[in-house]
Amino acid sequence: MSGFFDIPSDLQHSWAGLIGLHMREALLPVAAGLLLALPLAQVCGRFRWLYPPVLGVTTVLYAIPSLAFFVVLIDYTGQTELTVMIPLALYSLVVLVPAIVDGVRSVPDETLAAATAMGFGPVRRYLQVQLPIAAPAIIAGLRVATASSISLVSVGALIGNQGALGNLLAAAQKYDRPELAVNSVLTMAALAVLCDALLVLLRVLLTPWMPRGGSRRKPAARREELTPEGAVR
Amino acid sequence: MIRIDSVTKRYPDGTVAVDRLSLEIPDRSITVLVGPSGCGKTTTLRMINRMVEPTEGTILLDGEDIQRQPVTTLRRSMGYVIQNAGLFQHRTIVDNIATVPRMLGWGKQRARERAAELMERVGLDTSLAKRYPYQLSGGQQQRVGVARALAADPPVLLMDEPFSAVDPVVRKGLQDELLRIQDELGKTIVFVTHDIDEAITLGTMVAVLREGGRLAQYAPPAELLSTPADGFVEDFLGADRGIRRLSFFPSAPLELTTDAVVPADAPAERIAAVRSPYLLVTDPDGRPLGWAERDRPTAGTIGTIEAIGTGRLLPYGRPFVPGADSLRVALDCAVLSPTGWAVAVDDEGRVTGVVSQQTIGEAIRAAHSAGRAEDEKAAG
Ligand SMILES: Nc1ncnc2c1ncn2[C@@H]1O[C@H](COP(=O)(O)OP(=O)(O)OP(=O)(O)O)[C@@H](O)[C@H]1O
Ligand SMILES: [Mg+2]
Repeated sequence: MSGFFDIPSDLQHSWAGLIGLHMREALLPVAAGLLLALPLAQVCGRFRWLYPPVLGVTTVLYAIPSLAFFVVLIDYTGQTELTVMIPLALYSLVVLVPAIVDGVRSVPDETLAAATAMGFGPVRRYLQVQLPIAAPAIIAGLRVATASSISLVSVGALIGNQGALGNLLAAAQKYDRPELAVNSVLTMAALAVLCDALLVLLRVLLTPWMPRGGSRRKPAARREELTPEGAVR
Repeated sequence: MIRIDSVTKRYPDGTVAVDRLSLEIPDRSITVLVGPSGCGKTTTLRMINRMVEPTEGTILLDGEDIQRQPVTTLRRSMGYVIQNAGLFQHRTIVDNIATVPRMLGWGKQRARERAAELMERVGLDTSLAKRYPYQLSGGQQQRVGVARALAADPPVLLMDEPFSAVDPVVRKGLQDELLRIQDELGKTIVFVTHDIDEAITLGTMVAVLREGGRLAQYAPPAELLSTPADGFVEDFLGADRGIRRLSFFPSAPLELTTDAVVPADAPAERIAAVRSPYLLVTDPDGRPLGWAERDRPTAGTIGTIEAIGTGRLLPYGRPFVPGADSLRVALDCAVLSPTGWAVAVDDEGRVTGVVSQQTIGEAIRAAHSAGRAEDEKAAG
């Protein structure tokens, strides 16, 4: 008798263990992607001509199937989590770089001029003015990157059970237990929704300064509303 | 004093934004840079705090080249106010205002106290302190912008079209507030606008720039209106420059007539003695009630005006205060009056006399010729 949460022993993890593994494999790449995207976006902001080629490269990277990445990487990193996470980190760039660039660009010129005129140096201005104002756009990008990363981890199943919850899909076939596939899909969906909710909460906490629904007052300065769609195109 | 010494700014694309401009900006007064769009006002202003570096020429602050000191030190000694205020949308009002003091290393408490003090100074209720910019009206945001620029008590204030994004009523309020603050604080203010009326209202000195960043005229506003240097300045001042110039002449010398002013309960003989076709009826305290027509049977025949009721009087319009208002205001009152006579009152609103359009016209001619004589004396 095997239940919904009984995970075949060859996966070497309990259900909770798989969740932990899945989160790590999904979120670490997004974090790494963010760390990579921040300076990249900064450079693109400064040298505007660089932005289209950088965007092109991230799109091409995104278009490479993960399997192709695995084939190349496996020689270096073996059948490990790292082999799964490197492509995921690169994929996240396709949303994060434009999200940050657009977010930083959305800072009104007057605000930047005021900061400069008050004696902000470039670093202080970036950290204390541009990044905080870009935060909603960056978080919008993170929401998309996180959701897609959570679903993409499953392909790790292809390289020796590195797909965390995705491995359940293979196991469902192997042991003819369809409930494992249902478990896999539902759990991943629940994780995606949960992470998304946490990111929304983070945005709410970080941006008490944003006009919220209801009795909204139009600020005098033009200010684009930053929706996830807007930020990610 | 800020001394701009034959400064030229050529942008990398070849645009000459400012062309050999020289200006001496006096301390503790408002100097306005005015001119059509693209004539280099912003560029000039930004060269003073080195947000733009001149291609040629030098700018001296109290005799020292502004290139000599570190750029951040220079900027923190100059407040900067721009259109739409440029507030930090992610910071509360109090934190916005406290920005420069905090950068200068003030303690949090002291910076906040200073911010609260400044909110009062610019006419903002301190209950707004914890709000974010989006929760303020455009006019309030602009006041925050001014408060923020004043926060570290800089001797110099640079203002780039600070009031151009708000409606005329709010703008008038902000202008009055700026003049009041200036009276109290005596900053050296360089104010950019493309609105000649604003320039004339605010400026102690006005620099008119023309396209290509060349100086067309640098003069006090009254002189600008009386003797524009050339056709460009004249056009820029607009068709009603003569009327506007009247703002600079006091209405005090106007000769007032009291003959036509009668209290509502005056006896019939008094009313009959009035020569002018209209008489201004006042209440027992001397406050104006309205105009009566002398030749209408009412006043003369029935006896007193009180007897026929004051409800039938013509409205007396807006009165002017001879000590405080200009000739322009007096003329305006006369033009708006149904009888063509302007009503003069004292500070308490009691009638001190009336004056006809004709008398005002004579006063204007006299003032103009006196002004011309003065100009000639100054020139010769
Ligand atoms: N960074 C720049 N690069 C090239 N040209 C510039 C730059 N900034 C301004 N200019 C040009 O220099 C001229 C003067 O610009 P400036 O902004 O000083 O004008 P302004 O008098 O402030 O105009 P406005 O009233 O429209 O604000 C304009 O022709 C403008 O196009
Ligand atoms: Mg300008």
